Amino acid sequence: MMIFLDNLINGLSLGSIYAIIALGYTMVYGIAKMLNFAHGDIIMVGAYIAFCGLQYWNLPPVVAMLMAMVVCTLLGITIEGLAYRPLRQATSLAVLITAIGMSYLLQNLALMIWGANPKSFPGTFINSFTLHLGRLTISSATLITILANVVIMIALTLFTSRTKIGKAMRCVSEDRGAAQLMGINVNRTISITFAIGSALAAVAGVLLCSSYPILQPTTGSMPGIKAFTAAVFGGIGSIPGAMLGGILLGVIEIFGKAYISTALGDAIVFAVLIIVLLVKPTGLLGKPVREKV
Amino acid sequence: MSEEKLPLLKVRDLHVYYGAIHAIKGITLEVWKGEIVTLIGANGAGKSTTLNTIAGLLKPRQGSVALDGMPVGGSGASKMVYQGLSLCPEGRRIFQQMTVRENLEMGAFSRPNEEIAGSLEEMFQRFPRLKEREKQIAGTLSGGEQQMLAMARALMSRPKLLMLDEPSMGLAPILVDQIFEIIQELHRSGATILLVEQNAQMALSVADRAYVMETGVISMSGPAAELLQNDDVRKAYLGN
Ligand SMILES: Nc1ncnc2c1ncn2[C@@H]1O[C@H](COP(=O)(O)OP(=O)(O)OP(=O)(O)O)[C@@H](O)[C@H]1O
Ligand SMILES: [Mg+2]
Repeated sequence: MMIFLDNLINGLSLGSIYAIIALGYTMVYGIAKMLNFAHGDIIMVGAYIAFCGLQYWNLPPVVAMLMAMVVCTLLGITIEGLAYRPLRQATSLAVLITAIGMSYLLQNLALMIWGANPKSFPGTFINSFTLHLGRLTISSATLITILANVVIMIALTLFTSRTKIGKAMRCVSEDRGAAQLMGINVNRTISITFAIGSALAAVAGVLLCSSYPILQPTTGSMPGIKAFTAAVFGGIGSIPGAMLGGILLGVIEIFGKAYISTALGDAIVFAVLIIVLLVKPTGLLGKPVREKV
Repeated sequence: MSEEKLPLLKVRDLHVYYGAIHAIKGITLEVWKGEIVTLIGANGAGKSTTLNTIAGLLKPRQGSVALDGMPVGGSGASKMVYQGLSLCPEGRRIFQQMTVRENLEMGAFSRPNEEIAGSLEEMFQRFPRLKEREKQIAGTLSGGEQQMLAMARALMSRPKLLMLDEPSMGLAPILVDQIFEIIQELHRSGATILLVEQNAQMALSVADRAYVMETGVISMSGPAAELLQNDDVRKAYLGN
């Protein structure tokens, strides 16, 4: 029973990280209608920036995290403006290939700047204490990760349902042309979406490396792919879907590794995804796409 | 007709292409303040293309659009509503997943927040059905209600010129009557309207002036009442 609870908490924590990354995928997909495969690598850049802040410049952890968020936000806006915006009218295949290229570019730049040797991410406030609940121990990293996930979820829900910019995002996501007729600047809205997604990626990067402290240029790849899977699992384009998909994916992965096979952990995750998509092609919370006539 | 020197909308020698397809071949038209002008024509004549180009959704290869004597366009559709142009597009294109109220609020996106409440009240008075369904998700409204929402949303920007693209499309006759009543009411309250319609009979009977479009060009124009009596128009568009 104890082991079960332990696994559950670990799954929730890993799933929360996936969820935060998946939010970026899903928002960009919903609004810009593209898969930003470089999203996972933004996580890696965020983690490196925070690493530099902590290790070399001795910044307080909160400041290092904020710095990572600012850098990633600017990076996201720049990538969108330089690489994706000129392709707004292009085929989705051209955009996808550009995104894959951008992913390798970021990894290679990181290789140039920080080298291939893995860095060990320093412990921060995130790993400062452990909570004892009876025989159960919960690390602060786990607790903070889950908490951050909940806060981000609530903040994003309020943002998209209450604010003018948030509502404009929903309009662009539904009908770009009609949104323009309302006076909504589509390019600006997409830019803001990338900014938010990238800032969240930075948060995810710091959380990820606090729990799994090995940092190298490919650090973002696997979590990126898993989070993309989570977004599809939950229904791509749906914010609650990304949340649900991320958490379920994390829990399934940890349980799969614990109870079925360590080696097959990832395969189990994808098997579940395939089954879900067979039964419900739009994902758990995805809405069926209405073809416009 | 108006005594002002300048028409509210002046479209001059507009040419629009879809790739190699020359859809609009040199259209010139004008709308004066307070008028209802209708643009009629068969399927595929280029009516929607014309409205979409005026609204900035499509870029003309040649020609100009001026509102109040000021050239507009070239800066994208999202700027048009700030200049006083509002298009209620073909197929309504309301935001299906948003509530009725949110749709109306988005219609006023171009205006300061503090002005929205007043306009919202105005729309609810004009369209009491929308008031009853304020919190309903727009995609679940009936076709007629969706059309009213689309028109109300277009009015929320307080446009100088309202462009309606086939507001009666797909509606039962009684609803068509209702929509045209609303258009006449808007006319009485001073609105300027450019109306595209398949239902030529109805359109000509509410409009002041009309243009007839045929495969990308304007083939006839004049006072609506005259066109309603014209034999060619009767044969081609009124079915008798
Ligand atoms: N996106 C497009 N790509 C290519 N051709 C198009 C496109 N949209 C319209 N056309 C063509 O341009 C011409 C004019 O179309 P438009 O939609 O303006 O006609 P319309 O008068 O509004 O017709 P309807 O009464 O059926 O709405 C048609 O021949 C149509 O096939
Ligand atoms: Mg049309």
